Amino acid sequence: MPDTDSKNGARWEERLRAYRERLACGFPQVAEVFEDCMREALAVLTSAGVGGYLDTARFLGGMGRGVEPVLVFLEEWPPIARTLGEDALPAISATMHALCKSPNARAITPFLQTLAAVARRLPSGPQMQRYLDLIDDFTARTTGSIHGIQQTFASPGLPDFLAQAPALLDKLSISGLHKWVDYGIRNYPNHPERQREYFGLQSADSRAVLQRERHGTLLVDNERLLDIYLRGLWGDSAQLVPYPTDIEQLPRPVPYYDASGMRLPDVLDDVAGVSGINRYRATLAHIAAHRRWSMPMFADNCSPMQRMAIEVFEDSRIETLAMRAYPGLRRIFLALHPAPLEGACDPETTSCLRHRLTMFSRALLDAEHGYHDAELLKFVRHFHDTMAQGNSSSEEIAALALAYIARTRRQSDQLADVHFADTEVSYRDDNRHLWRFHELSDDEEMFDEQRPMEAPADGDRLPPRHYPEWDYQSQSYRPDWVSLYESLHPAGDAADIDRVLEKHAALASRLKRLLDILKPQDKLRIRYQEDGSELDLDVALRSLIDFKSGASPDPRINMSHRTNGRNLSVLVLLDLSQSLADKVEVAASGGEQSILELSQEAVSLLAWSIEQLGDPFAIAGFHSDSRHDVRYLHLKGYSERWNDAVKARLAAMQAGYSTRMGAAMRHAAHYLAAQTADKKLLLVLTDGQPADVDVHDERLLIEDARKSVEELDQQGIFTYCINLDRRADDYVGDIFGRRYTVIDNIARLPERLPELFMALTR
Amino acid sequence: MSDNEQFKVREEPFYRQQRNEVALYEAAYAARLPVMVKGPTGCGKSRFIEYMAWKLDRPLITVACNEDMTASDLVGRYLLEANGTRWLDGPLTTAARIGAICYLDEVVEARQDTTVVIHPLTDHRRTLPLDKKGELLRAHADFQLVISYNPGYQSLMKDLKQSTKQRFTAFDFDYPNAALEIAILASESGIDEATAARLVDVGAAARRLKGHGLDEGISTRLLVYAAALIKGGVTPVDACRMALVRPITDDRDIRDTLEHAVESIFV
Repeated sequence: MPDTDSKNGARWEERLRAYRERLACGFPQVAEVFEDCMREALAVLTSAGVGGYLDTARFLGGMGRGVEPVLVFLEEWPPIARTLGEDALPAISATMHALCKSPNARAITPFLQTLAAVARRLPSGPQMQRYLDLIDDFTARTTGSIHGIQQTFASPGLPDFLAQAPALLDKLSISGLHKWVDYGIRNYPNHPERQREYFGLQSADSRAVLQRERHGTLLVDNERLLDIYLRGLWGDSAQLVPYPTDIEQLPRPVPYYDASGMRLPDVLDDVAGVSGINRYRATLAHIAAHRRWSMPMFADNCSPMQRMAIEVFEDSRIETLAMRAYPGLRRIFLALHPAPLEGACDPETTSCLRHRLTMFSRALLDAEHGYHDAELLKFVRHFHDTMAQGNSSSEEIAALALAYIARTRRQSDQLADVHFADTEVSYRDDNRHLWRFHELSDDEEMFDEQRPMEAPADGDRLPPRHYPEWDYQSQSYRPDWVSLYESLHPAGDAADIDRVLEKHAALASRLKRLLDILKPQDKLRIRYQEDGSELDLDVALRSLIDFKSGASPDPRINMSHRTNGRNLSVLVLLDLSQSLADKVEVAASGGEQSILELSQEAVSLLAWSIEQLGDPFAIAGFHSDSRHDVRYLHLKGYSERWNDAVKARLAAMQAGYSTRMGAAMRHAAHYLAAQTADKKLLLVLTDGQPADVDVHDERLLIEDARKSVEELDQQGIFTYCINLDRRADDYVGDIFGRRYTVIDNIARLPERLPELFMALTR
Repeated sequence: MSDNEQFKVREEPFYRQQRNEVALYEAAYAARLPVMVKGPTGCGKSRFIEYMAWKLDRPLITVACNEDMTASDLVGRYLLEANGTRWLDGPLTTAARIGAICYLDEVVEARQDTTVVIHPLTDHRRTLPLDKKGELLRAHADFQLVISYNPGYQSLMKDLKQSTKQRFTAFDFDYPNAALEIAILASESGIDEATAARLVDVGAAARRLKGHGLDEGISTRLLVYAAALIKGGVTPVDACRMALVRPITDDRDIRDTLEHAVESIFV
């Protein structure tokens, strides 16, 4: 036997020498690893493939760029060939030749280093070809040349791009990657530093474009849809806050909720036949079920393992309840819940607690789990028996969880090496809400209040008007409580508003069609006229009948026409408080706009629409800084036309201070009451509840606003509120009764506001 | 008289009491007080009136109001004939003559000057002046006026005048609670209670979205339609799509959510 071994060994040595000759490379570092590389290559490649492998390596070694490219290629190629097939080599080698001929030979090393990772993400030939084409295109467009004749400067961004390629392909499809690269090249062709930042994912716009091109379902695009889901199916609502998933960070963030809202991943891909949107829904269903059925427990008495078990049992309990209400959830949960294999974890060497608990949770969800563990089956039965009796409770299920881990405990659960595979349930939250701690810290105070605008000088103000305020606790008015100063709103540039209107030209033309229908018909019949322009046949016939039957006929048998049947006077009252400066994402343009800008656009369109209809209208804004200083700013008076002066004032709109709504509405009523129209409409556009710095009882100003609505009702003024606060239901109904609309999707405000107005006055 | 018979409700309409409205209505009828029924569309207002007419054994004359309706459409008019003219009573006049319950459905749709003609019938006078005919009609002792009104119209142009509102006693209707609605669906369409309960769940989801993109939730009437489709062999998901989701909204987000609700409720 040793004889054949040595014979084989001799033959191998001989072959290796032949390969070495073909490689013709003198680097000592290569010699060290060559034998291992060849063994691996021979396992993967055909003999022709080995030939190509060695030829390419020889080319890289002879290129004069040091040892690194050869080394990387020798080590990386066999695994790549395993994913892509060895026929991919000519194309890849062509790219390397091209890089070598250009001043970009330095990029060959990063190209080869990440190629294996890229190949795993683009396993098919055509996809890989697109990646290679992208690199060729990138090189051609970013390599600097002098006088456009010869390429002399290396592409600054290429090495960074190649280093990032696998991470990028995690988030982008190959077409998305094309677009992202294209954006970078177009915007930073002649600025090496910026280009490097862009392709190294360092600059803000690079990340923003990446976000835009991502595959998967983005939370920002579906916020309203999910909000409706939460409201409709669960009768719940919360702020949905995305957290970034693109940062490589451990432990990976998990959905959670607290007082400030529900945190969800910013993007979710389709997984296991479940669409991204349904994965969001599964998470929301899980969280909503917690909010409905879970009771917090004290954590101080439980060990971390006990807590983990209780969490898993409680998650399963509330999911069982959720699936009772919505059986269709089971399909989604089943698809997303991992199915750990029994025996995948070795209890001798690793901690199997997570694995056990996940198996348990799977077994509850999936009747065909196929597990055999007797203890597990027994507790699954216990669990189902408990649930069969009703909703159970967090405490009852916690007791069951503790019993389960007491029965199944193993010494190895304490080991540091934890079995993680197949134990993460992506749609479950981190259960922080489930635990209370006896020791709490209590420093929560806000010191940084924003006060950006300087108060207008007192000199140029009109004397104040005083208005009462309703104190709901004593059920009485506080007389002359609020001082209201009115003034003309400062003017800005009217062209801004014209631009806004131009931007919404498509919307305007759509509105125009609606307006034309609504616009009083030119010919409105006035019947029963003794003198008129035409004979009214109906009435004439009736008179004839009267005449024939012996009664005295009605002589008013003519009709005439008049225009404009609407008799309506409108005042639009804008809340100009600080919260208006908040930014919201506008899905259509991908950018951010402040609520103020959106309100500006909306009011411009509304004003334009009302002008088209010919109704008399005024626009005013208000904000307040304590009861001594409520400011009422005229943007447009009734006698003014919708002209440049008005537009200029609208363009200068700013956000600041607080919202003392009652006083402003009373003052607006004072103007509306002076109008002679039959119907008077006060439209209040606001984004939050009434509040002011000197009022700490939040009901007070709500009650006052409600009272002022009642007062206005008595004066025959119809108030209607358009509220941009998603959580407005809590108070807006108290103030305005049923006369309000909450606009969830603020980005659509410019289009919704005029439509609402038209619906209201139809 | 034959007129009387023609307007009678012959068979008992299906109606489940939500609270004590039947007794209250009987009391109002005993005192011949005019009645107004308010509530969202499809919650059973018209069915209730029909049921009460049957229970009290009174003829019922229903008038669906629209904005082109004139006073003479309610009161009556002269018609031309070959040899002269003939007076024809309008539905309101007929009801007042024969002692029927006159039900003006969706009265806000009628022009305001039209609604004023009902005023003298609704107070102590209980008369209807027919000025054309020169007659002052005294209402039959059994006559009662009922109007229905959906305050869900969020338009300041469509509201009743205070002078009209204050002539009526009122019932505020809403969608029935879940248990009752299940019973209604089950007996109206003959589907089993489990399916009915699921349909009611879909309805509840939509009703929670009122004001957030929906002007009105899914009415009991639509739920009955869906139940009838299911009874007829349509799959529940298709029936819900056709009867519950498509009719009420064109908003894509809301439609997607409701369809998801339907798919999660009916597996």
